[in-house]
Amino acid sequence: MSQIGSFALLLALALSAYSFLAGALALARPGPGSERLGETARRAGIATFALVFLAAVVLVTSAFQDDFSIAYIYHHSNRDLPAPYKFATLWSGQEGSLLFWSLLLGAYGLVLRLRHRTDTRLFAHSSVIIAGVQIFFLLLLNFAAHPFALMTGTLPADGAGLNPLLQYPEMVIHPPMLYLGYVGFTIPFAFALGALIMRYPGEKWIRITRRWTMVTWAFLTCGVFLGAHWAYSVLGWGGYWGWDPVENASLMPWLTGTAFLHSVMMQEKRGMLKMWNMWLIFATFWLAILGTFLTRSGIISSVHAFAQSSIGGWFKWFLLITLATFTFFFFKNNSHLRSEHKLESLISRESSFLFNNLLLLLACFTVLWGTWFPLISEYVQGNKVTVGPPFYNKVAIPVALLLLLLTAVGPLLAWRKTSLESLKRNFMWPALGALAVGVLMIALGVRPWNDIAYFYALMAAMLAALVGLTVLSEFIRGGRVISRHTGQNLLASMVHLWHRNTRRYGGYIVHFGVAVVIIGILGTPFNQDKEKEMGYGDKMTIGPYTLVCESYTQDDNANYSNEWAIINVFKGDKQITTMYPERRFYKASQQPQTLPRIRSTVKEDLYLTYEGLNETTGRPIIKAHLNPLVMWIWVGVLIMIGGTVLGLIPNAAPVRVAAPARIEPAPAGAGD
Amino acid sequence: MKPTFILRRGLHVGLLCLAVFALLGAGDESARFNSLGHKLMCVCGCNQILLECNHVGCTYSDRMRGELIAGLDRGENDDLTLQDFVQKYGPTVLAAPTATGFNRVAWVMPFLALVLGLTTTIFIVLAWRKRPALAAPGGVLPVSGMDLERFRTQARKDTEG
Repeated sequence: MSQIGSFALLLALALSAYSFLAGALALARPGPGSERLGETARRAGIATFALVFLAAVVLVTSAFQDDFSIAYIYHHSNRDLPAPYKFATLWSGQEGSLLFWSLLLGAYGLVLRLRHRTDTRLFAHSSVIIAGVQIFFLLLLNFAAHPFALMTGTLPADGAGLNPLLQYPEMVIHPPMLYLGYVGFTIPFAFALGALIMRYPGEKWIRITRRWTMVTWAFLTCGVFLGAHWAYSVLGWGGYWGWDPVENASLMPWLTGTAFLHSVMMQEKRGMLKMWNMWLIFATFWLAILGTFLTRSGIISSVHAFAQSSIGGWFKWFLLITLATFTFFFFKNNSHLRSEHKLESLISRESSFLFNNLLLLLACFTVLWGTWFPLISEYVQGNKVTVGPPFYNKVAIPVALLLLLLTAVGPLLAWRKTSLESLKRNFMWPALGALAVGVLMIALGVRPWNDIAYFYALMAAMLAALVGLTVLSEFIRGGRVISRHTGQNLLASMVHLWHRNTRRYGGYIVHFGVAVVIIGILGTPFNQDKEKEMGYGDKMTIGPYTLVCESYTQDDNANYSNEWAIINVFKGDKQITTMYPERRFYKASQQPQTLPRIRSTVKEDLYLTYEGLNETTGRPIIKAHLNPLVMWIWVGVLIMIGGTVLGLIPNAAPVRVAAPARIEPAPAGAGD
Repeated sequence: MKPTFILRRGLHVGLLCLAVFALLGAGDESARFNSLGHKLMCVCGCNQILLECNHVGCTYSDRMRGELIAGLDRGENDDLTLQDFVQKYGPTVLAAPTATGFNRVAWVMPFLALVLGLTTTIFIVLAWRKRPALAAPGGVLPVSGMDLERFRTQARKDTEG
């Protein structure tokens, strides 16, 4: 089996090299025969996908067949590993995840190459660039991180097993989502570089790119938050975001990708920021690769990082080559990217997008700076320092709050110019609502003057309310206008409104989702936790809950042995549930793992972990966390994803009607 | 009732509520332990904040928490308590860089970037605003046919897409 995989990877490398060279030649020397040469390059790209797919199938099959002659399977699987995790073996280690990366890149390339008739020349350029990126990953797979490397010496009877932290259902979907996001940003990059090389006239390419970016952004959003949910559900420390370098690595391209999705509208509508958008696309792609470099080179320590390996040098070169290539073509071919328009007013959608981009990039810089500072410190001072949550909370939260303010105000601004009068009119009710939320929070006991965290929580709550109410008011105002004209009820009118301009209103729904996520995050300063050794019948109280230990026991199966407690949860005198916090010991990997149990409600999460047994008394130690509003985060993310999907649906065809004798005032804040 | 009047009244009510509740704040004794415990890292290699380390079988976090409580019991101030940890475990025990020496750069850079970014953005906005408008010489000319369709398309783009 391993020979089939190895051969497939080698052939895939040869074909992607052909796709790159033949494609480039066909584009560089147009003439008789170049079209056919280009077509062979396109087909070679498609065949590359087929071969990488074959290699991936071989690796997964080897995992299912417990073929421990393959070193990768030995290190990441074992005989008693449940089937879904055997499948997940593909992305559980360095070599497999690089193969998975290459597979996804091939799949994206396949879609692009099959849709080449959309714009043959642009797609041909993009296909060559994708082939170039694919060559890099196939070189890695063939020569630096070979997934089919064989074991030497006597074959082991069983594998070393999968890391226990990865043996959780979410790990079957979190990495694919994250990788679909990371890898997907290669496509906008390929379009951008292709457009730059061919000096693409007009804005058609940016519209094509925007849709791909939205899809990729949705995957990355999903991946980042699934990762947060996995950390919350598995790591057992009661939180979902620890500002770990690997988490930061996923956030950086997300931030620049978000900036691009906003500034691209400036280019589409006003012909502005053409050069800026080029660099934003490039930065997003580059940061995705940089993140991969960080997590795989071993230069930064992280609980999530892969083991230190030699592939860091390969990534360094790839990063340098892509930077040099992009910079070269940018300076050679940027004459067609000059801005066409001027800014007519400071209070306009254009200004808000400029500041939105500034803040998103500033947030990205802050995360990048914090991630690299330990290395800079070591270089300058000779000793490493830790840059952890206190740094990010102090530096990134004010930026996030400013961004939230812009998220609220931006949609109320029209393109070109907004009168102060209309801004005041549209802003008044949302602002009053936000103020009411602030007063309510203080009345409920939040004292912003006691702790900066409470101040941030108060601000975040008010701004999230402002965003939510602004979005709501936009829908209601537009819905009312349609309702007046069509006689539909308000809800149907709002659906109609969305269908007339899906991107704009889908975007508003994404903003609403962001506000909901922020509401979830602002619960953090109010988290409580307690730890207690609990024998039979022992009680612990946290918030409104009383926990009573009914029993504790243990079990054993082929994959792991485990201990768990049976905790009855009471609210007042009424028992509301029973929870089973657990600790497992995985036999193959010889590693323990705590499995928290969570009872989620809209108001708060009760989060229990089994910390271990007191060796003297033999009784379990239970840690309870009470985390307010966490569920809002996951609901907010679903809204964000839903909004993106709604934004991707094509608009309904415009209906032409005769102009009325009297012109009705347009919904305020008109514009995307 | 005028919207501005309602807005002003709303602001008055808000400020009054803030003033009333400002007098209700109260301190919390365990807050210091919680605050300091979140400024320290567990050194077992789990890369987690001291009070959040739940690493199974962690040999450090319990001991470090005990040392933190002992430091507070001795009546040491926050800086001295943190310094004790730095002496014992090295500078990486602090969860964030100190505001001294070269470490100050860690804190300054994001704010410097903010100031630079803001200045640049404001400069760009002002410069773009000063660009002359593309106006037809001799005032507004009547448009029709292809031009009218082009302007309509532009207007649709500006207000819809």
